[in-house]
Amino acid sequence: MNPSVTEKPVAHAASTSSTALFNVLLQIADDHLILGHRVSELCGHAPMLEEDLSIPNMALDLLGQARLLYSYAAEVENQGRDEDDLAYLRADREYLNCLLVEKPNADFAHTMLKQFYFASFMKLYWPEIQQAGEPRLSAIAAKASQEIAYHVRHTSQWVIRLGDGTEESARRMAEAVGILHPYTQELFEVDENRQTGIDQGWLADPASIKQPWLDAITAVFKSAALSVPDVPFGQSGGRQGMHTEDFGHLLTELQYLQRAYPGSEW
Amino acid sequence: MSKSEDNPGQDTTDTDSSQKSDLPTLIPLWEVFIRPKNGLHHKHVGSLHATDDEMALQAARDVYTRRGEGNSIWVVPSAQIVASDPDFAGENFEPSSDKVYRHPSFYDIPDEVGHM
Repeated sequence: MNPSVTEKPVAHAASTSSTALFNVLLQIADDHLILGHRVSELCGHAPMLEEDLSIPNMALDLLGQARLLYSYAAEVENQGRDEDDLAYLRADREYLNCLLVEKPNADFAHTMLKQFYFASFMKLYWPEIQQAGEPRLSAIAAKASQEIAYHVRHTSQWVIRLGDGTEESARRMAEAVGILHPYTQELFEVDENRQTGIDQGWLADPASIKQPWLDAITAVFKSAALSVPDVPFGQSGGRQGMHTEDFGHLLTELQYLQRAYPGSEW
Repeated sequence: MSKSEDNPGQDTTDTDSSQKSDLPTLIPLWEVFIRPKNGLHHKHVGSLHATDDEMALQAARDVYTRRGEGNSIWVVPSAQIVASDPDFAGENFEPSSDKVYRHPSFYDIPDEVGHM
């Protein structure tokens, strides 16, 4: 994380602001890239043909949103890097995604639940971002809202069907909730960059959607015969570049092509 | 949900092919109809497997509207379709082949009507 945000005096407000914007854009972009990559791992491996089309559809939506955010981040940074440099050529500690999105797919229950948690959050957060009125972010939010709404619809149906399905599917879904739920608190975390955005009015405070998010999750869990766990201490660290062990393996695969064939395009 | 080797996919004319796989016994087959745009009618585009109507609609959206094919989807359980017997094709459809006068093509359309 760039320490200059706190070190710079008030006189440099403009550059502090753009550093904060750059970092916030990276955080959101990384969330989408990493989750998109995780989801894309199931391309060709989904349990049935219909899901094999649905899952990469969602992966492509997430990747598309990540591209828009990286492009904008690259412009804000103005150091000659482009979207590919940001997506593929950073070291693990420079990625600012939350830990939830990098968690392994494990099984279909994990995959759907992870996507459901994240999509339910973004479905509420994008409209708030749009309302905050940062012009480029608002435009990205408008496009992404539609796509993410479908992700919520699709994944919530699977959460319900698996949670309230067979003995095995219910067991697996409950297990996934136990493992993944502690990672959801990080979605609402406000670091110094986000705080700058909130103070300056170009970013919405995710705290404002915490209750609506919990209500949405609770409603689906109720239909799914699942209970919302009480987690006093959540897992976090991703926004500071502190990732889980699985993240290195994910990056190896994600970055392989650009590392092996630098600058390759298609 | 086992992966089916002989997933019927687009092959909807042969409804018997679904019997070969164990997937349909767990997850029923649905026929999908898409309306390309307002004013046109829904057209059969293929079939898919889904556990229920809601999942069938979502799968139809994912499988059959990837390239802007339409703005409305119908799904119908394949088992609900009543089909004519191919053995009766002759007596059903032959009699109409020599009745060209049933086509409305034996009068002139006034120019003012334009394209019909």
